[in-house]
Amino acid sequence: MPMLDIHDIHTYYGNIHALKGVSLTVEEGEIVTLIGSNGAGKTTTLRSICGLQKPRRGSILLHGEDLVAYKPHQIVEKGVAMVPEGRGIFARLTVAENLDLGAYIRRDRRGIQEDLEHVYGIFPRLKERTRQVAGTLSGGEQQMLATGRALMAQPRLLLMDEPSMGLAPLLVDAIFDVIQTINRKGTTILLVEQNALMALSIAHRGYVIQTGEIVLKDTAANLKNNETVRKAYLGIE
Amino acid sequence: MPIQKEPARRVKPYQIIQAVTGIGCAGYLLYRLYTVLIGSPTYGTETWARFMIAGLILGSVYALIAIGYTLVYGILRMINFAHGDIMMIGAFGGYFTLEAAKSIPAGGSNFSDAYPFAAVLAAFLAGVAIAALSGYFLEKIAYRPLRGAPRLVPLISAIGASIFLENAAQLLFGAQRRDYANPAVLTRGEGWTLVINGAKVILPYTGALTVILSLLLMVALYMLVMRTRLGRAMRAVSENKQVAALMGIDVDGVISQTFIISGALAGAAGVMWGLHLGLVYHFVGFIPGIKAFTAAVLGGIGSVPGAMLGGLFLGLVESLGPAVLGISFQLKDVIAFGILVLVLIFRPTGIVGEALTEEKV
Ligand SMILES: Nc1ncnc2c1ncn2[C@@H]1O[C@H](COP(=O)(O)OP(=O)(O)OP(=O)(O)O)[C@@H](O)[C@H]1O
Ligand SMILES: [Mg+2]
Repeated sequence: MPMLDIHDIHTYYGNIHALKGVSLTVEEGEIVTLIGSNGAGKTTTLRSICGLQKPRRGSILLHGEDLVAYKPHQIVEKGVAMVPEGRGIFARLTVAENLDLGAYIRRDRRGIQEDLEHVYGIFPRLKERTRQVAGTLSGGEQQMLATGRALMAQPRLLLMDEPSMGLAPLLVDAIFDVIQTINRKGTTILLVEQNALMALSIAHRGYVIQTGEIVLKDTAANLKNNETVRKAYLGIE
Repeated sequence: MPIQKEPARRVKPYQIIQAVTGIGCAGYLLYRLYTVLIGSPTYGTETWARFMIAGLILGSVYALIAIGYTLVYGILRMINFAHGDIMMIGAFGGYFTLEAAKSIPAGGSNFSDAYPFAAVLAAFLAGVAIAALSGYFLEKIAYRPLRGAPRLVPLISAIGASIFLENAAQLLFGAQRRDYANPAVLTRGEGWTLVINGAKVILPYTGALTVILSLLLMVALYMLVMRTRLGRAMRAVSENKQVAALMGIDVDGVISQTFIISGALAGAAGVMWGLHLGLVYHFVGFIPGIKAFTAAVLGGIGSVPGAMLGGLFLGLVESLGPAVLGISFQLKDVIAFGILVLVLIFRPTGIVGEALTEEKV
């Protein structure tokens, strides 16, 4: 049984039919990437999974249990964390408070403290700025904070919406390294990316979404060599 | 290529009006201060001390109520216009508890006079509990179904809820003004006597209780918001509800708890009001409610320290203002609302807070 099994979901914004029957699966331990152009429905897919935008039809099974009936905070308790598009850090709270909120659902003080050290180990820049108000961090530092905060929840499934957006190339590499590292430590990842080449180079499998529908699915290696993908998403002729 | 000239700064008409009004008000205030303090002093130090004491007491009650406005605004971006009526409910809760305590015989007299500490504590607990409960249901019934509606809608619902609560109280308790039955040791008007400038100035027991208790409650509230898990969740929800939910925060639960806390503080304020000023009736929350709203805007709506400062400041201004301006004491409400208007014109962000605007929804 796959860890996440999305079957034929239809999600709307009012009358706008944003997802028209999306199905995808993520196996335990995988990095799966969802690529597609602007407005294709990538963010909407992630919002449907974590309960912020409920699908009107279809099912989203996590370990066989349908998530559609649950509220977002209950879905977090089931082990799903998200790094939202545009980072979504709490600008008026400090770096430390943001990270604490990442661990909001946890009660194991010792484990939280260890994970905090772990996150500071990955992003030493955050450690230097624990008391700083998050709104004054640079864009890259905010991305580190958003990623670190999601890790604090100890998710089994991590949804990441364009973690490389607006970052300098060096930082993009660093973030992708982190994604691989946490994946190797056992976190399953569903990664949405504009930077399709990078995403495909670290993912196991990938899906291509176009105007609310999955048009292609394959292993990452095959997608990288796929004619259509190369033209449309990798910008390679 | 000609060097581009910097465009001339255009002064907008309203800025001229602002400046003229501002300078006018400030100038007049200085002139009045000079007159009453130095030019031809109307009052002695002892009278000013009396004004200050009254202002501090009133101000600390305003501050407690104002916190409720600010917490709810911070989290839902709406003005809970029924908040004053929650205070009224709290005042009644304390009233009936003290009435009951007076009617129970104990220690040769009655429970209230024999065990004043227990009686007052019970009055506060009852007032706080019933007001907190009312706040909880107010949100659940009048505001929650309208979540996501345009901002005017919950505002109208709030005014409706306020009218409902006032009428319900009138129906239940009648329209007459009732005298708060203070325990004998807390008799209104009695207090420590200070001698200032050769004259006696009373520092009322009920007033001291009010100031001390509200300061304690404010410190506790501030610690709760800044130091606890719930406080952190409240601040997160206030900033971004969706991301807060992604942290695993039960957003609806936090909103409920915010109304419970706001209601509890208003309930405590209601009992203080009753103990110190003495009269309760169905409309008793209206004026303090509007005053506290003014205080919250003055301090900067959404800001907790702002509400505290705004409340104390408004209380002082109200009791010192008529004397400074040399106008009738019955015009103190005019001063309070005049300040509201001036703040909204000159500094809608208040002393420390964020603007009362449309953007941050
Ligand atoms: N809040 C909203 N209200 C109305 N329509 C929306 C809303 N959010 C998204 N949409 C629409 O739903 C469709 C899918 O949007 P979505 O945000 O999922 O795209 P995306 O693939 O994440 O794009 P991008 O790469 O630009 O982030 C788009 O047509 C978009 O206009
Ligand atoms: Mg998107």
